[in-house]
Amino acid sequence: MISIFPSLLSGTVITLQLLVSSMFFGIIIGLIFAILRINKNPIINKFAYGYSYFFRGTPLLVQLYLIYYGLANIELLRNSFFWAIIKEPYWCAIIAFSLNTGAYTSEILRSAFQTIKKGYIEAAQSLGVTKKITFYRIQLPIAIKQSLPAYGNEVILMLKGTSLASVITIMDLMGEARKVNVLTFKPFEAFITAGIIYLFITFIIHNIIKFLEKKYGFQS
Amino acid sequence: MELLLFGDTGWGDELFLATLMTIAVSIAAMAIGFLFALIFTPLKLSKNKSLNIIGNCYTTFIRGVPELLVIYLLFFGGTGAAMYVASIFGYDGYIEINAFITGALAIGIISGAYSTEVFRGAILSIDKGQFEASKVLGIKKNIQFYKIILPQMLRLSIPNLSNVWQITLKDTSLISVTGLVEIMRQSYIAAGSTRDPLFFYSVAAILYLMLTFLSMKLINKLEIKYSKGY
Amino acid sequence: MEEIMNVIKNIFLTVLLSLFLISNSNADKIKIGTEGAYPPWNSKDASGKLIGFEVELAWTLCRYIGQQCEIVEQDWDGMIPALTSKKFDAIMAGMSITDERMKTINFSQGYADEVASLAVMKGSDLEGIDTPEAVNLNLGGSSVNKAMKTLTSALSGKTVCTQIGTIHQNFLESGDVGKINLKTYKTQDEVNLDLTNGRCDVALAAAVAFTDYAEKSGKEVVLVGPTFSGGAFGNGVGVGIRKDDTKLLKAFNKAIDKARKDGHISRIAIKWFGFDASM
Repeated sequence: MISIFPSLLSGTVITLQLLVSSMFFGIIIGLIFAILRINKNPIINKFAYGYSYFFRGTPLLVQLYLIYYGLANIELLRNSFFWAIIKEPYWCAIIAFSLNTGAYTSEILRSAFQTIKKGYIEAAQSLGVTKKITFYRIQLPIAIKQSLPAYGNEVILMLKGTSLASVITIMDLMGEARKVNVLTFKPFEAFITAGIIYLFITFIIHNIIKFLEKKYGFQS
Repeated sequence: MELLLFGDTGWGDELFLATLMTIAVSIAAMAIGFLFALIFTPLKLSKNKSLNIIGNCYTTFIRGVPELLVIYLLFFGGTGAAMYVASIFGYDGYIEINAFITGALAIGIISGAYSTEVFRGAILSIDKGQFEASKVLGIKKNIQFYKIILPQMLRLSIPNLSNVWQITLKDTSLISVTGLVEIMRQSYIAAGSTRDPLFFYSVAAILYLMLTFLSMKLINKLEIKYSKGY
Repeated sequence: MEEIMNVIKNIFLTVLLSLFLISNSNADKIKIGTEGAYPPWNSKDASGKLIGFEVELAWTLCRYIGQQCEIVEQDWDGMIPALTSKKFDAIMAGMSITDERMKTINFSQGYADEVASLAVMKGSDLEGIDTPEAVNLNLGGSSVNKAMKTLTSALSGKTVCTQIGTIHQNFLESGDVGKINLKTYKTQDEVNLDLTNGRCDVALAAAVAFTDYAEKSGKEVVLVGPTFSGGAFGNGVGVGIRKDDTKLLKAFNKAIDKARKDGHISRIAIKWFGFDASM
């Protein structure tokens, strides 16, 4: 048990790195696409819907393979400067995870935008507040606050999603556990220890979100 | 395109069969998940502390660790784990492990944790007055459950169960470790064999999109049908 | 509502019934597990059929044992657990006989020699590497030591790719070749893809796995360095069988004896490898 711990720990660091970077890019992508979704232009709207439909309607594993092996299959891409990014499994994973969580985040934010009471916006307008300021100062903060519980779930789902990184050679927590398994044929030690670590991270995320909800919680 | 031909030279028929397998294993997993949910929902709602803890452990553990890890644990646990689960259901004989059972069971256990949460939410949203009314009318507890709570719970659960179905359907892509030839494994094999991963993973993505699209249409119809009269 | 309940009941019954039916078919056949992704040892063709050296050999051995067989697909990293949990009764998947594996399962006598080799894309700076043609790690001695030294400096800092859970991974992790950037993949197909894509500087696997790939894909994959055997590379490829299944072990040993004597193994090996790899 003791001997497998250091390698699982180094895997945990990679897992957390993957999670934090993906969530960071995912929020940016999600916000952009949520704004596109509530846009009245049907083409922009459809495009944003198509993006979120694709990434929510297909398994993350397929998306990961498509980006890692699929894109590498395009010679044009291999000869361009993009190859420096696509070549690295780590970046492929972050691209796949960010696009995936971005799709879910955009849905969460969109529904939050749509449930904001019309009265707030009308009140702001009647006070002569510009549309831009209404958006940044009223709509956006309310939407973010309202999204917190659902977003907390999404972070946990993404943590679990990062375990797929091991299929594209990344030695994250899952990858290290699989390695211990194939080298020692002792599946339980490795997988159960990894499971406990994942549970522990889930527990921490859960509590951070709870804390944020309490602090910034929005009662409508 | 000729890669998708049916027959001996193309992968069309193999992918078609794999799609059917994905559907079959998803339905089986969903059904197994229902079984788990019907067992664990009462535990989670129980006033008995220890039963409550068992129920919470199940949903917390399954929803807190990666699906792949659950699948590996079950798969590498092999016969022992399956027999243990079977003994819970009162079956003591020898169980032969095949890919379909392992896959459906693994995904079923995961899907069950989500279904449990959905059922729990649905029961909690049933008007308390009905429990009291049936008590006043002298209706027995188990009849109350089967005739009053269960039907309402199912109807209230349909919208959220459609999410569980989507999760279950997508999770089946993870069971290729068991050797079951579903969409993901077939595309994987075809991609390796033809050295054209871009094409075959795109086909896989399209097949999954088709399945999610069609099942959403079906579920919407169900929802409309069963919300009539309410 | 009655209707929904009926539908759900029916689904339950159908599922339980089908699980029962599936689990009870083919009860008295010998089931052989293979990977189906390690050509030319075992692979799958476009008609979905398992093909390759071991698939053909398996049918021959079953005929000699005199029992019906069924070949079952299994991912490589789950091969041994699947055997021990009785998903199938024997492994024929290019699996080398090693001491490490013998702790968990038994092996029949070897039926084929698996010679390992490094491979690179044409034009790699590793192409000119100066080593003897073959290194047998069992022999040791100054020439082996010298070859390992040359390899260590040539591979230093390189990205070396191999399949997970293989003798090749064991060798690369043993420290014999110093510090490398090791990447492990689920299948050899993936190793081949990333070698040609340029994500791997060099890859290690059975030599025939590379030559077969080069021939079929038309990519310029070339073997470099020595061929490896002995030590971490084990003692040939055999049939993996559960520890307690001594009857089946005997049956396979007898069948392999017979197939070797009448030249069947050689014939099938030449057909799939292009040379006689029988042992």
